Formats: sequence, structure tokens, C-alpha cells
Amino acid sequence: MTTRYRPRIELDAATVRRARSLARKAGRPIVKLARDHSTVSVERATLRLAGLAGADPDGTPWVNRLVDAVRGDIGLEHGVALPVWDALLRGEAEDLLTLAQKASAGSVRFHLPEGRAAGKATTASRRQVMAGIKAVDTRRRERERLVKRLGDPPRKPWVYLIVATGDIYEDIPQAQAAAREGADIIAVIRSTGQSLLDYVPEGATREGFAGTYATQENFRLMRAALDETSREVGRYVRLTNYASGLCMPEIAALAGLERLDMMLNDSMYGILFRDINPIRTFVDQRLSRQIHARAGIIINTGEDNYLTTADAVDAAHTVTVSQLLNEYFAKEAGLEDWQLGLGHAFEINPELPDSFRLELAHALLARQLFPKAPLKWMSPTRHMTGDVFRGYLLDAFFNLAGAMTEQDILLVGMMTEAVVTPWISDRDLALQNVRYVVGAAGNLAEDFHPAPDGFIAQRARQVLDEAIDLLETILDHDNGLLDAIADGTFGLMRRPADAGKGLDGVARKAAGYYNPASEILEQPR
Amino acid sequence: MKPGRSAEPTIVRPYGDATGDGMVQLSFTLPIPHDKRAEGAAVQLAHKMGIDPALVVHAKSIGPDFTFFVVYGRANHLVDLSKVEVVERDYPLLTPKEVNQAVKSSLHRRLVVVGGCIGTDAHTVGIDAILNIKGFAGEKGLEYYRELKVVNLGAQVAVPQLVAHAKEERADAVLVSQVVTTRDAHVLNTKEMSAAFREAYPERQRPLLVIGGPRFVENQTADLGVDRIFGRGTTPGEVASYLVHALVTGPDRADGVRR
Repeated sequence: MTTRYRPRIELDAATVRRARSLARKAGRPIVKLARDHSTVSVERATLRLAGLAGADPDGTPWVNRLVDAVRGDIGLEHGVALPVWDALLRGEAEDLLTLAQKASAGSVRFHLPEGRAAGKATTASRRQVMAGIKAVDTRRRERERLVKRLGDPPRKPWVYLIVATGDIYEDIPQAQAAAREGADIIAVIRSTGQSLLDYVPEGATREGFAGTYATQENFRLMRAALDETSREVGRYVRLTNYASGLCMPEIAALAGLERLDMMLNDSMYGILFRDINPIRTFVDQRLSRQIHARAGIIINTGEDNYLTTADAVDAAHTVTVSQLLNEYFAKEAGLEDWQLGLGHAFEINPELPDSFRLELAHALLARQLFPKAPLKWMSPTRHMTGDVFRGYLLDAFFNLAGAMTEQDILLVGMMTEAVVTPWISDRDLALQNVRYVVGAAGNLAEDFHPAPDGFIAQRARQVLDEAIDLLETILDHDNGLLDAIADGTFGLMRRPADAGKGLDGVARKAAGYYNPASEILEQPR
Repeated sequence: MKPGRSAEPTIVRPYGDATGDGMVQLSFTLPIPHDKRAEGAAVQLAHKMGIDPALVVHAKSIGPDFTFFVVYGRANHLVDLSKVEVVERDYPLLTPKEVNQAVKSSLHRRLVVVGGCIGTDAHTVGIDAILNIKGFAGEKGLEYYRELKVVNLGAQVAVPQLVAHAKEERADAVLVSQVVTTRDAHVLNTKEMSAAFREAYPERQRPLLVIGGPRFVENQTADLGVDRIFGRGTTPGEVASYLVHALVTGPDRADGVRR
């Protein structure tokens, strides 16, 4: 996805540089924090890459069982790799699965190996985790081959559609139908509440709440079905899920292993909107992004959420700040520009005079700040009232703004937003809307040059200035971003670093901490 | 007949462009390919719905197996306004701003809400939909309300622990969600919970007990020993409005809040 973007409005280059440098300054201590800690989910993701899968009869994944057992014996601060592979080398079990089973029965004791034993455990764990990462590499090459053979969508923006029945076997035909109707990207919405589960459910699932559980088997089933449809429609249909919540890095690993193509993965969403502990989130996020980088997955960030909780005009600059932070964290973790699906949304109150001009200004600002990123443009939700006719019109303006400002990924709006989960006819009408507007607008972006000092250009510059002010406010805190999150600077919730869900799964790394996945993924390829 | 102020008709029918024309529009999808027979099928459905004549103004295939229709026609049903029955919500629906204002001006402190899933229920879907800022159905959760202090204890909270937290936080209301209904677990858990609160608090000081879940019957409050039951599809705004009604502004609350 390369973009040939030519600027439409004038932004002062020094101001843009300053915004980026402030984001870097705010993000850097967070990266250090992430490097200094591990979490249960990071350790479980490592075991998943090493090939440990499945769950006990109660549905508790073996990775949870094994990490809990190691933690009970020696704590989390050394990582699980050394004690686990030491136990394997000592002959406690012939493989990881048996070891996990024995450990959960209480018949294995874990120790931290020293000297030669530690060296052997390091080598053995690294070899096994490397096999998993090689599998991720293979899946990436597979995608590249398929894209080459079948091709990318013939035009921009790519059309992104949501499926959310709760039953993977119902999702599959719906996703296939959506792809045939013109969807380029299928996102399977997760069951409400999965983000707060401290384990990844197992197997194919048929019951979810307003969405379908993210499981390895569901990933596999859906990807296989879309591969079939991709061949049928003659273009590679991408699959999206969510690497968010308490199991972020594990889900990232499963996505890499099952060739998902895009993952929702925001730097602060879980903290602000799900009350997940900030440190837990930043640690989990870093490994998950390293995995996405390696797997060739495009991340989608969640800036739309800022606009659904606060006024879209007043809070426009919070989107820019979040995009800048997401960009910094993503690049630090090894993601490239083409993998940064930075988000923003069409959420300004339509009753407001000039609301469309404001939307264009905000969308252009994002486009211009991140010219090489595949921006994700999200449809209105907040001002969808249940009047489906008015909603259809609003979605058309959303589509037009997307076309005029050259957005890359268009999350298709449904006129029944806030009424029902989309019906087959809703999706069909929504796609007609997109096809008409995008087709009719054609290359309108080429002719769209807002007046240099007109309303749109000035508004874009104003939002950028406000974003810089907010970044400065963040940096004025003793502890920068962490304190800002704690005191509610983001205008939402106070989320102190020593509270929130999943905090008990965080450990400060001890001197001899070892994690083969991190070690492999830290190295530039 | 022009409906005047004095003689409101009790019998009405839909209005297209003339009084009494009965005109309605509807759209639907049938799981059959688009052809002549499909259009006939759409007319038949409209007839059975009481629309006659029915005009299929638009039919379009959605993939090979479905057809979408838009139908206009005359509904031959009459609406008898004297027989309209509605279950009125017994409290006004407030916006977050109104909730905050009501709490601030009447209570002069934040209203404390403690919530969680009790027993072995690990499904925090319901309680999170109501409490988390992310919310549900386009409404923000109670965490979003500045004047509500929300303590979400999460999943699998033991009843004694819930009571202890409620006391410690000086809760005005306790919200409990129960999704798992195997062997009536939701009913048993709820009864255990309400009994524990009754034991731990003098009657007038007990926090308001609110229970929610997809399988509860909303009028069983007395059986379960709780103040309010919310069923499937309840939104945070409804819960917040109810809390304000029950604890701040409602008729029973002239003496201030329970404590």
C-alpha cells in the first residue's frame, strides 16, 4: 500500500516536526517502562509461539496453567522460558503440553536454572520459539504470494465491513457474502467483554455477545473461508480481528500464526476505555506490535473512540495526539509506515453549521501528517439516531469526505447503526452507497485544493496547534504520559498506573530475565 | 374529517398524502433468487401483513440467493387509540448531564455505585456494558458520569466480599449482573446476595440493590429481595436515570439517601 500523496493544505514543517518530537519525548519513558516489565500475557504469548496450544477440560488454556505454575514456584520476574525449558531438559516431561499438564496437577517443581543449565535452557527455548516465529514468517510469505497472485483491491479506499453474529459458523457465510458484494476487508467483531478475559478461549465458538470470540480455531476457519472466496472473486480479501485487552500479545501471536491481515491495536484504548492497568497495557502492547511487525500485519488504532465519548470538534486534537503517540510506539516496535492504520472518524454533530467542512479539515490533517500510513476512516455512530434514511445520507457524506481526502481504509457505515446488528440488506445498501459515492467522486481529490487561508486550512492548523499544546501539557507532568493518564488529562477517566485490571499480572523484570520471543523480535531483520 | 382539538379520533390509519389513505412503506429481504416469482412472493407477504393493494416498487438481488424489496401499499388495519397499552417507565429518562446535575444539587457529593458479577459467573459482559465508560448501545457507561463514583469489582465476586466493599465504599447502590443461568444459579445467587445485605445493614440504610441479566423477569423484585431488575437490552442511561430517581429525586427519597 504505497501512497503518492500531494499536500492539499499548508502545514508548517517545523510545527509538524515539533509535534513528532513531543510525541517521541512523551513515549520514550513508556518504552523504557515496557522494556523493564513483563506480564503473564507476554509470557503466555511466548509459550504460544513455542507451540503450546489447547486447554484443559475446564477450558483453561495450557499456557495459563503453565505460566501460573511457574509463577507459583518462582514468580514471574525471571520470565517463564528458563524454568520451563530447564524442566524439559531435566526430563520432567517430553514436551510442553505434558509439562503443562503435569504442572497443573502439581507434580512438577520449577527452579531458576543457573550456569550451564541456564545456558542450555536459553538455547533450547530460543530454538523452539524461533520455530514459531518462522511459522509466522511463512504465513507472511504466504500472504505476499496470495496478494501477488490474486491482487489487491482495484481501487482506494479499501472497503472494510464488519461481521458480528457471535457464531463463527454463521459469520463465515456472511463474511463470504460481504466479500462477494465488494468488501475488501472483513472484521470479525469480538464478543463484548473478551477484552477483560485473562485467557484466550479455545476452539470454534458459537455463542458470543454482540460478537464472536477471538480464538485460534475461529481465526483459522475464517481465514480458510476467505481464502476460498479470495480465489473466487479474484482479489485477496483481508481479515481483521482485535489484539486488545488483557491477552493482547497472545492474540497477536495467534493472528501471526493464522495469517490474519489487520489487527486493532491501540496504545491507550484498553487503559482509557476498559480500565486496564496502564503498565500492563504498554508492556503487552509492545510485544504485540513487535509480533505484528514481523507478521506483516497492518494495525488499526482506535482514535474513533475519543470522538464517541467527547465532542468531535472539541476533542479533534486528542485524535491527533493519539495518532502521533500510536505512530511513535508502532515505529519503535518495528512497524513500518505501510502498517500504520491510524484511525479517525466522522463524528461531528451534523446539526453544527459547516460540520462537513470541519470533517474535511480533520481528515485532511490526518492525511497530511501521515502521508504514507493506510489511514482508517471510521463511519458515524454517535449521531446515528435510528432514522435510517437520515443515517444513509450521513453515511454518504462520510464516504464523500473519505474520497475527497484520500483515506485508505473505509469502515463502511450502516444506516441501521444503533438499531440492529447489520442485516444482509443493510450491508448491500451500504456498499451501494460506497460504490456510488466513490465512483461518482472519482479522482475528485485531485481537484480539491482548499483555499490556502480558508476555513479548512485554518481549522487543520488550529487542531495541530491544539495537539501540540496537549502534548506539552502531558510533558509538564512529573511522570509525563503516565501521570497525564492518571489525572484525566485525556478528558475521560483517571487511570492511575497502580490501579486497573490486570495489574496483578505485571512483574518488574529481574536481572536475569529471559524471553526468547523478545530477544528474537528486538533484532532488526 | 379534520382532527380538531375537541374531537380527537380514536380510530386512525396511516397517512401517506391524504387522510385515511392508509399508505405504508416497508422493506425486507426474502431468501430466494430475484425473478417474477420472487416479486409475487413479496406481494403475497405484503397481503398477509394486511397491505392491499401492495406495490413492489423496487426489487434487487443480493447475491445469488436473496432478494431485497421495497413495497408501498395500503394497510387495511385500523388503529384503535383507546386500546393502546403502553408500559410506562416509572422514572424519567435523563441525559448524563441531567444525572450529574441532579446528584450534584441534591446530594452534594458523588453517588457511589459498587458493581460486580457474583458467584462463579465470570461473564462481566453485562456489568461492563453498564459500568465501563465504553458503555453499550451507543450510550456511555456509568463511569462516564462525573457525579457517579463507580467501583467495578469485576467477575466472581463472593457475596461477603461484595458486602464488605459496599460498606467500605459507603455504596448508595449495588449493581449485580448475572448471565449464567445453569440450574437457576442467577436466582439462587441473587437471593443469597439480597439476604446478606439485609443481614448486614439496618433496613433503611441498606444500599439500593439492582440486579441485571438476560434471564431475569423484571417484576420479580420481591421474590429476589432486590429493588430493581433490569433485563436484556438495558442501557447505562436507563440505569443511571433509575438510580437518580430511586436515590435522589424520587418520591420515596424525601429523607435523602440510604446510608
